[in-house]
Amino acid sequence: MLSNILIYFVVIPLIMLGGLALCRNIRQIRAVAVIGSLALTALSVYLLVDFLALRAAGDNAPMLYVDSWTWFEPLNIHLAVGVDGISVAMILLSSIIVLAGSFASWTIAQPKAFFLWLILLSTGVFGFFISIDLFTMFMFYEVALIPMYLLIGVWGSGRKNYSAMKLTLMLMGGSAFLMLGLIGIYYHSAPEGGQLTWNILEIAKNDAISHGWQTFLFPMTFVGFGVLGAMFPFHTWSPDGHASAPTAVSMLHAGVLMKLGGYGCFRVAIYLMPQAAHELSYIFLILTGISVVYGAFCACVKTDLKYINAYSSVSHCGLVLFAILMLNSTAMTGAIMQMLSHGLMTALFFALIGMIYGRTHTREITQMGGMMKILPYLSVCYVIAGMASLGLPGLSGFVAEMTVFVGSFQAGMANYLAGEGSLRLVFTLVACCSIVITAVYILRVVGKLLFGPVYDEHHLTLTDATWWERLATATLIICVAGIGCFPNFFNNLIKATFTPEIFSVLGM
Amino acid sequence: MDYSQFLAMKQEIALLVVFLLVFLYDTFMPKQTQKGLPAFTVVLMLIATAAGFCSHCLGSAGDVVAFAGMYQTSAVIAAIKGILNIGVVIVLIQSIKWANSEAMTMRRGEFYELLLVTLFGMYLMMSARHFLLFIIGLESASLPLAAMVALDKNRYESHEAAVKYILTAVFSSAIFMLGLSFVYGLTGSLYFENIYFALSTKLSVMLVAAIAFVIAGIGFKLSLVPFHLWTADVYQGAPTSVTSYLSVISKGATAFAFLVVMAQVFGSAYSRVWEWMLYALIIVTITVGNLFAIRQRNMKRFLAFSSISQAGYIMLGVIAYNTMGVAALMYYVLVYIFSNLAAFGVIGAIENATGKVSMDDYRGLHKTNPRLAFCMMLAMFSLAGIPPFAGFFSKFFIFTGAINQGSVAIYVLVLIALINTIISLYYYLLVVKAMYIAEEECTIARFKSACSERLGLIITVAGIMLLGIASCCYSSLLDLTSVSQMQMYFIH
Repeated sequence: MLSNILIYFVVIPLIMLGGLALCRNIRQIRAVAVIGSLALTALSVYLLVDFLALRAAGDNAPMLYVDSWTWFEPLNIHLAVGVDGISVAMILLSSIIVLAGSFASWTIAQPKAFFLWLILLSTGVFGFFISIDLFTMFMFYEVALIPMYLLIGVWGSGRKNYSAMKLTLMLMGGSAFLMLGLIGIYYHSAPEGGQLTWNILEIAKNDAISHGWQTFLFPMTFVGFGVLGAMFPFHTWSPDGHASAPTAVSMLHAGVLMKLGGYGCFRVAIYLMPQAAHELSYIFLILTGISVVYGAFCACVKTDLKYINAYSSVSHCGLVLFAILMLNSTAMTGAIMQMLSHGLMTALFFALIGMIYGRTHTREITQMGGMMKILPYLSVCYVIAGMASLGLPGLSGFVAEMTVFVGSFQAGMANYLAGEGSLRLVFTLVACCSIVITAVYILRVVGKLLFGPVYDEHHLTLTDATWWERLATATLIICVAGIGCFPNFFNNLIKATFTPEIFSVLGM
Repeated sequence: MDYSQFLAMKQEIALLVVFLLVFLYDTFMPKQTQKGLPAFTVVLMLIATAAGFCSHCLGSAGDVVAFAGMYQTSAVIAAIKGILNIGVVIVLIQSIKWANSEAMTMRRGEFYELLLVTLFGMYLMMSARHFLLFIIGLESASLPLAAMVALDKNRYESHEAAVKYILTAVFSSAIFMLGLSFVYGLTGSLYFENIYFALSTKLSVMLVAAIAFVIAGIGFKLSLVPFHLWTADVYQGAPTSVTSYLSVISKGATAFAFLVVMAQVFGSAYSRVWEWMLYALIIVTITVGNLFAIRQRNMKRFLAFSSISQAGYIMLGVIAYNTMGVAALMYYVLVYIFSNLAAFGVIGAIENATGKVSMDDYRGLHKTNPRLAFCMMLAMFSLAGIPPFAGFFSKFFIFTGAINQGSVAIYVLVLIALINTIISLYYYLLVVKAMYIAEEECTIARFKSACSERLGLIITVAGIMLLGIASCCYSSLLDLTSVSQMQMYFIH
């Protein structure tokens, strides 16, 4: 079992949990957190290199490192693991953000309990990305959700009780639909008389879910994951939750957890039920189209930095689901790029907001100004994050959004020319507007917060970033710029997944 | 008469021996050794439990019918008895401190003897193949419980609870027997098997009424809504050890007996009559139990309503009407025993030390008693069905078992049940919130819980952590049920 590299993504966090439980003081806790997350990052970089080497050597299986160990034998539940390019990218993203998050919570109160929950959360995240068995996938998904309640409730700020409860209940509500959907998929996973299975690859190969059941199970699973992907109208947990969460939790939640939603929508809902995805995608296209534009507009009128960024996340994550629903290779590649880009960028944003809030004790942009003079390092980072968000070439946002819109336009035109209506085309145009709106709210914040006169004289005494804060932000900025400068590398990694075989399953 | 038939009753006989030894100890041992009675009972019960599992493992507990078809036992029945035995052992361990307290000096023996008698009644109820034996079991499982509820004789609530309990118990028995008289009128027999075959061709208003009365009668014991009105008051009034016994063991045994009756007696009327009755009952039970639990501030009342909704989830295993449902029901009962007893263990420890049972007193508990707060949190997570704790697995399997039945209506039912888990998560999190998030000073000072209480909590917490992840528990239950003779009744 331990010969498979993927299992270490769960084993290392578990060892970290054990190590944390034994820690006696803050220095040991920091050591465990940093060493553990460095190990995870190193492992995921190794995985990336090894994965590319295998692909280059001509291994064209849909998933690599596939392994499966029986767990509940009578129900055919396995602990099955396997990754493709998308999962590798997501694992890399998660490990970087866990690393940055550990640095960002350097001085947190009650560090032991905090890191225990944080690491439990990341166990769930990694477990989710390596699983290809629906049961274990769902289990890890829920493991990742519940620590949020305590992380926000205990270490949060503002209306933390309300937000923590709202977030937990809404996400668990989503997973209620999801659980029904997954059990339904299990019972229709094989042709009459065949061995039922939870394994995603086998279900896709069997292709036995009848058309009628697909139209029932697709909305169940898509809504289930869509809640976590902040799909309109189920996005309302996101602004409150992010605004109340402590820095590292916001980073991890917006950066990684919301990606679980998009990833699940693709991996389970669309991959396993392509027919229904084709027929019903218009409903969800409308909903996600609304989230893209609506989230951006909401961000324009908010004055709390975290709310602005949370609504911007709703908009950007909406774009992920929107692109996935375009059901063509370019747009889907763009969707995964957008997940990577948004994950890094938004983690950077939340880290910076946390650092500014830690100094000024306010997040209202009306009560701050001229930060560029006082906190030059943090302010420059903020500008970089902002530029990435509004899609400046050379940073990750541009690459991702460009790919998404090109792909969407292709899909829209193809639909239109085939006489299947112009819905995709219209919504692509609508979603494109969000680029402009994004520029509005980003530039508004940058202008008000960073430039202009100093609002509060007390702010003049503030000190700039400490070394661990510099480390956290620098890691993220390097990654954001890395994707922006070398998009082809990631593009190839991801695009290799959407091979013709997969699209034949998707019926395209 | 063939006396070898008694060999079929190994588990009952073991229990009887335990009972007699406890009785003799209580009656004849000198006064200064009386404090050893609780530990003595625990050890005996532990031996009986282990012996039950041994004989079960050795394969001697095949399907046996004895006493002219009145009594049956099988691997499945032996397994559920073993599961209940484990629960009883934990309850006994948790009650040691309370039983050895000053107020209980004169009544210590009664508690243990009455408890063992009720357990014996539950055994008979689960093993019955004839309604006479079933009634004997039902009655001897209910009436002594009323005396146990009243054990705290200096508290007014305890008396009130006992009266409430005995009145409902008698009333429900009466309704149950009214249903039986209809059944007898229809079929002319009280043997399960005869009724099963006699009913397979007939469908009449009388049959519907008979089944409705039977379900109502057992529904009182299981506290299904709308037969739940006694539950909260009795749980609150009874001593905590009795409450925990009532909420897990009594409920688990009745749920299994209910399953046996519905499958082996009324199985042929499943889709025509009682599927829909149970369908409605489950929805109402889960929803009402959940909604009422939200408002409760007393922890025991809170767990009373939570146990009402949990009973609704257990009933999903009955409505599934297949072997997976049976296995899931037994597994659910097992997990529920551990989760609920962990919660009651914490409540009991705090009540014994400070006398406080209100949720408001639990605010900030993790600062003064971090370990107790941690156990309580795990119990709440397990009851709410959060992975990787056992409760998640039991919920998942009971839903999987129910959906295995296959109709669209069942999908809807499971969806309703799933949405209800969100409501239940809300109120379970209220407890976690009180303990971990509320910032007030805790009114419960730091205290050292007794050894027995700690042992009980360690066992239950270990169970919560391991029962789900160790796949052998559920897998072996499913293996047992799929080869048992019960299977023959699951023909739609």
